[in-house]
Amino acid sequence: MAEVAPQPVKAPSTDAPIAAPPSGDAPIAEPRSGFFPPWLVTIGRAVVSIPLRFFSEIGMLAGLLGQALFWGIRPPYRFSLLLAALEFVGVQSLFIVGLTGLFIGMVFGIQLVDGFRQFGAENQAGPVVGMALTRELAPVFAALMVSARAGSAMSTELGSMRVTDQIDALTTMAVNPIQYLVVPRIIAGAVMVPLLTMLFNLIGIFGAWLVCVQILGLDPGVFVENVKWIVDAKDVTQGLIKAFVFGFTVTLIACRHGFYAKGGAAGVGQATTSAVVQSAVAILVLDYLITSIITGQGGL
Amino acid sequence: MSAASEASAAAAQAAAVEAEKDPIHLRIRDLRKSYGEHEILKGVTFDVLRGLNNVIIGASGSGKTVMVRQLIRLEKPNAGQIIVDGQDITSLSDVDLVPARRKFGMVFQMSALFDSMDVYDNVAFLLREHTKLRERDIREKVMARLKALGVEHAAHKMPAELSGGMKKRVAVARALALEPKILIYDEPTTGLDPITSRTVDDLIEQTRETYGVTSVIISHDMASVFRVGHHITYLYKGSIEASGTPEEFLASDSVRVAEFLEASGVSKDLMREGRA
Repeated sequence: MAEVAPQPVKAPSTDAPIAAPPSGDAPIAEPRSGFFPPWLVTIGRAVVSIPLRFFSEIGMLAGLLGQALFWGIRPPYRFSLLLAALEFVGVQSLFIVGLTGLFIGMVFGIQLVDGFRQFGAENQAGPVVGMALTRELAPVFAALMVSARAGSAMSTELGSMRVTDQIDALTTMAVNPIQYLVVPRIIAGAVMVPLLTMLFNLIGIFGAWLVCVQILGLDPGVFVENVKWIVDAKDVTQGLIKAFVFGFTVTLIACRHGFYAKGGAAGVGQATTSAVVQSAVAILVLDYLITSIITGQGGL
Repeated sequence: MSAASEASAAAAQAAAVEAEKDPIHLRIRDLRKSYGEHEILKGVTFDVLRGLNNVIIGASGSGKTVMVRQLIRLEKPNAGQIIVDGQDITSLSDVDLVPARRKFGMVFQMSALFDSMDVYDNVAFLLREHTKLRERDIREKVMARLKALGVEHAAHKMPAELSGGMKKRVAVARALALEPKILIYDEPTTGLDPITSRTVDDLIEQTRETYGVTSVIISHDMASVFRVGHHITYLYKGSIEASGTPEEFLASDSVRVAEFLEASGVSKDLMREGRA
C-alpha cells in the first residue's frame, strides 16, 4: 500500500469553515489591546472599520466592473439573455414607474400652485414641475423604483444561485458566470433606466397638467407654452445622463451583492437589503456629484 | 490548412492518444491552499487513476471540499500542480481554462441544477453553450441521456419537483452532456436515505462502465466508499494520510486510518462484503 508519511502540522486545526467568496465585510485584524483600555480599542476599531469597509466595497465594485468589461467584450454574445434582462428591468418596470411619475407630477403641481399663488405666480408651476422632473425627479425616482423592483430581485436571484452552487456549476461547465449573469443585467440597467426616465417625464408632466389645469383651473395654453419655453433639451439631457449612471450603478451594486452572497437564506436576505440600501444612497450621492459637475456649481 | 498547422494538429492528436495510454489521469503535486493564515491543504500529493472510481475520504473539515474546488480550478491554489493529461492547469488564466474545464464534469452535493430551467433545459444547457448542434439533434441527445439514466419522464419537470435521487440523476445527465473524461462527485450520498444512496452508488458505477469516465468521488459515507471505490485516498487535516486499493486500505496499519474506520461504525467485514 502506498502510504504517505504524515506531515508536520503547521496550523492548529483545519476544522474551520471553507472560505467564502471575497466580500467587503472582511474581519479586521485584532489590535493589540494591552496598552489601551478595552473600551477605547472597541471604539477605535469601530471608527477604523467605517473607511476600511467603504474602500473595500468600492474595491469589490471596481473589481466586478473590471471583470464585467473584460468578459462583456468577449464572445459569445448572448442576445437572448440581454433581451430577457431588458424585458425584466424595463418592460416589467413600466407600470410602477408610470404610476410613480403620475403621482409625483400631481403632488408637485398642487404644492407649486399653492405656493406660487401667494405672490401671484401660479402660472410658473408648469415650467418648474417640468424642470424639476427632467433634471432631478425623473432620473432619481425611476432609478429608485428600478432598484426596489429589479435590483432587489437580481440580488436575490444571484444570491440564491450562489448559495446553492449554481454559480459554481456554471464555472465548472466552462461558462463564465460574470459574462452569463452579470453583463446582460448591467447593460439592461444602463439602457432601460434612461428610457424609463423619459416615460417618467412625460407622465409626470401630464400629471401636473391634470391637476393644475383640470382641477386647479390654470390656463391650459399658458401652462403648455411656459413648459415649452422654460424646459429645454439641456434639462432633458442632464436627466438622461444621470439616469444612465444610476441604471448602471444600481444593477452593478445589485449584482455585486447577489454574486458574492454567502451564508444560506439569511445571507441572501442580507445581500438583498444591502443592495437596496446601497443603491439608494449611491443614487443620492451620485446625483449631487453629477449635478455639481454639470452645472459647475456646488463645489466640484 | 497549412502544412505547419497540419503538423501541429497531428502532434496534438498524437499527444492526446499518448496521454490516453497513461494510467494516471490526474497528478496532484504538493498542492497547498490557505485562507488568510489558516492552511487547509498542506502539500497534498496523489494520483487519480484513469477509468476507475477514485474516492477521497476524510472527516469533516479535513479539506476534501477545498481540494475538489482546486481540482476543477473553482479556486486557485497557493502552490503546487494539478496535471491533467500532461497539462498543468494551476497557472492557466480564466480564458485558457475554458477548454481545460471541458474535460471535467461535476455533480454537486446538492445537485446545483438551474432552478429557473426545467430538466430538459438543464441537460441541454451545455450543448447549446458549447456546440453548434441544431435543436433537433440536441433534443435527440438530451432525451437519450435522460432515458439512459431513467429520468426521461421528468424531462419537463422543474428541479423543485424532483426527489433527491432524481435530482442526482439529472445532475449526472447534465455533467455527462459534453462527454467529459473526468467526473467529480462531491459527497453524492450525503443526506440521502440508504436505499437512494445505494441507487446513487449504482449510478456512479454504471456511469463509469458505460461512458468510460474517470470518477473522483468525495465522500465520508464508508459503506458507499467500499461499494464503489477502486482506489481510496485518505485526507487527514489537509495532508494525505494513506492511499491505495480498498483491500490495502482495510489492511493499513495507520492508527489514523484505523480510528477513522472504527468511528465510521461500519465493520471491516461489512466493508469487505460491500466490495464483494
